[in-house]
Amino acid sequence: MKHAAAHTFLSFIKKEFFHIFRDVRTMLIIVGIPVTQILIIGFAVSTEVKQVPTAVYDPLKDASTRAVIEQLRASELFDVRTMLEHPDEIDRVFERGEASLVVVFGEASVQLVVDATDPNQGTTTAEYASNIIHTAGASPLQIVPEVEMLYNPELRSSYNFVPGLMGLIFMIICAMMTSIAIVREKETGTMEVLLASPVKPAHIVVSKMIPYFLISWVIFVLILLLSVFVLNVPVSGNLVWLNVLTLLFILVALSLGLLISTLVKTQVAAMLVSSMGLMMPVMILSGFIFPIESIPAALQAISAVIPARWYIAGAKKLMIEGVPVYRVAKEMLVLAGMATGIILISLRNFKTRLE
Amino acid sequence: MNTLEKDVIVADRLTKSFGAFTAVDRICFSVAGGEIFGFLGANGAGKTTAMRMLCGLSKPTSGSAQVAGFDIARQPEQVKRNIGYMSQKFSLYEDLRVWENICLFAGIYGVKEKEIRRKTTETLDRLGLARERNTLVKDLPLGWKQKLAFSVAVFHEPRIVFLDEPTGGVDPITRRQFWELIREAAERGITIFVTTHYMDEAEYCNRVSIMVDGRIAALDTPLSLRASFRAQNMDEVFRRLARKATRE
Repeated sequence: MKHAAAHTFLSFIKKEFFHIFRDVRTMLIIVGIPVTQILIIGFAVSTEVKQVPTAVYDPLKDASTRAVIEQLRASELFDVRTMLEHPDEIDRVFERGEASLVVVFGEASVQLVVDATDPNQGTTTAEYASNIIHTAGASPLQIVPEVEMLYNPELRSSYNFVPGLMGLIFMIICAMMTSIAIVREKETGTMEVLLASPVKPAHIVVSKMIPYFLISWVIFVLILLLSVFVLNVPVSGNLVWLNVLTLLFILVALSLGLLISTLVKTQVAAMLVSSMGLMMPVMILSGFIFPIESIPAALQAISAVIPARWYIAGAKKLMIEGVPVYRVAKEMLVLAGMATGIILISLRNFKTRLE
Repeated sequence: MNTLEKDVIVADRLTKSFGAFTAVDRICFSVAGGEIFGFLGANGAGKTTAMRMLCGLSKPTSGSAQVAGFDIARQPEQVKRNIGYMSQKFSLYEDLRVWENICLFAGIYGVKEKEIRRKTTETLDRLGLARERNTLVKDLPLGWKQKLAFSVAVFHEPRIVFLDEPTGGVDPITRRQFWELIREAAERGITIFVTTHYMDEAEYCNRVSIMVDGRIAALDTPLSLRASFRAQNMDEVFRRLARKATRE
C-alpha cells in the first residue's frame, strides 16, 4: 500500500511537469520573466559612460588647471562644453540638464559635482574624472579630489537589485503559478474527480508544489550564476545558507499560492489576487525599490508581514555583506514561522472548502 | 436483470442543509448491485448535492448512507476506493495524452501496471481510439472525450460508478453509443448511478428516482412510473412532478 501511494504521488508530480512544459503561457512566465528581468538589470548596471556633458569652473586659470581640462577634453569620456564664470552657475547647468559633471577648481583642491540621478552612471563618472585629474595633476598644486553626490547620496548600487529581483521572481513563479495551477483544476472539473478518488488532498496539493519548488531552485542557481559571471555581483557569504534562506522563502511563496487557491474560484481571480496582493507589496514594501528606512513608519510596520522584506534583507546580508549566518537567524526564523503558519491555515481551508 | 446482488447503495433519511436551506431532505432509497439507476430532478432539486454526499465529497448534516457497504460519513476513504466518478464538467486532463490520462487515473485506484497496459489496449480498441493513444485529449472531438472519460471512470472496475450529467452537450448518435457503454459496464456487474437532463435516457434505466425540492417525489421503473402517472413518456411524468416544485 505504501509503495502504491508513493507511485501515485510520483505520477502526480510527473503530470504536473507535463502541465507546465506543455503550456506555452506557463513556460513564457516561468522562463520569460526571469530572463527579461535579468536582462533589464544587466542593462541597468551597464557602467559605460561616454561623452558625459561636462562644465568647468576655473577661477585660477593657471597652467596646472589648464592641463587637467586638456586631459578631460582629450578623453572620449567627457565632453567639456561649458566654461562657467561664477559658482552660482553650477546649479543652473544641472537644472537645465547641460551638464552631468561640473569640475570646480579651488585653491588647493578640485571638487567634482556629479548628477547621481543614476547612481551607477554617477559613480563611474566620478571615478573616471578623478582618475584623469590624478594623472594630470602631477603638479605643485597637490590636487585632492573631493566627490559630492547630488540627488542620491545613498548611492544604492544596482546589484542590490539582485536580491530584490529574486524576491519578486519567486513570488511570481511560486505564489502566482501554484495558485493558478490549483484553481485551473477546480475550473476544469478535474479537482472534483481527484477528490472523489482515494488520493489524499494533502498529496494533491504537495504534488502541485514540488515542481514549482524545483523549478524555482533551478532559477535561483541560474540567477546566482548570471549575477556572478555576467553582472559581477559578488556572493561573499556562505552559499549553503543562502540556499537555505532562499528555499525557506520559496516555501513561503508556495504556501501563499496554496492559500490563494483556497480563496478564489477562477484562474483570473488567482492571477489578480497574487499580482495585486503579493507582487505590488513586494515591489513597494519590501525594500526592493524604496529602502525600508525611508518609508513612513506606518508602512514600515505593514512591511513586517511581507515575507519578501525578510528575504531581501537576509539575502542582501548573506550575498553582498557576507555576514556570518547568526546575523540572519532572525530573518530565517520569521520566514520559517510564516511558512508553517500559512501552510496550516491553507490546508485547513483547502479541506473545509470542499464541502 | 437476473444477476442483481444485494443493495450497494442504501440511503437512510440522508439530509444536507446549508444554513437554513435544506438542499437534500431526508431521502431514503436503495440501489441494487448491477442496476442502472437514474437520478433525475430539475436544476436545484438537490441531486448534485445528494450525489456528492454519496461519493464522500461532502458530509451529511443528518441521516446516513452506505455505499459499497461502507458508511459515507465515517469511512469516506473506503467509499472512494470502491467507486468511479465522472463529474458534470469534463473530467480528464486536456493537456495529457490519452494513455497518460488512463495511466494516471488507473494508478490512483491502485491498478497494477501490467494490468493497466493490457487493459489500455483493450479499452482503446473497443472505443475505436487505438490510433489516438498518443493524442492529447484536447485534440479529440467532444463525443470521444466523453466516452473516454467514462471508460477511465470504470477502468478500475469499481462496484459503483457515479455519472453526473455525462452526456451534456453531446450529439444524439454519441449519446446512444455512450449508453451502449453504460449497458456493457452494468452487464459486467458495475452499478450505474446516473443523473441526466434527457428524459429519453431515463427510459434506458432499470429504475428512476425523481427529486423535487430536495425530496424523492417518485421512484420506480420507467414502465410503472408511466403507468401510474398515465403518461405517454418519462418527459410527461417528469413535468407533472416538477410542476409541484416550490423552490427555484
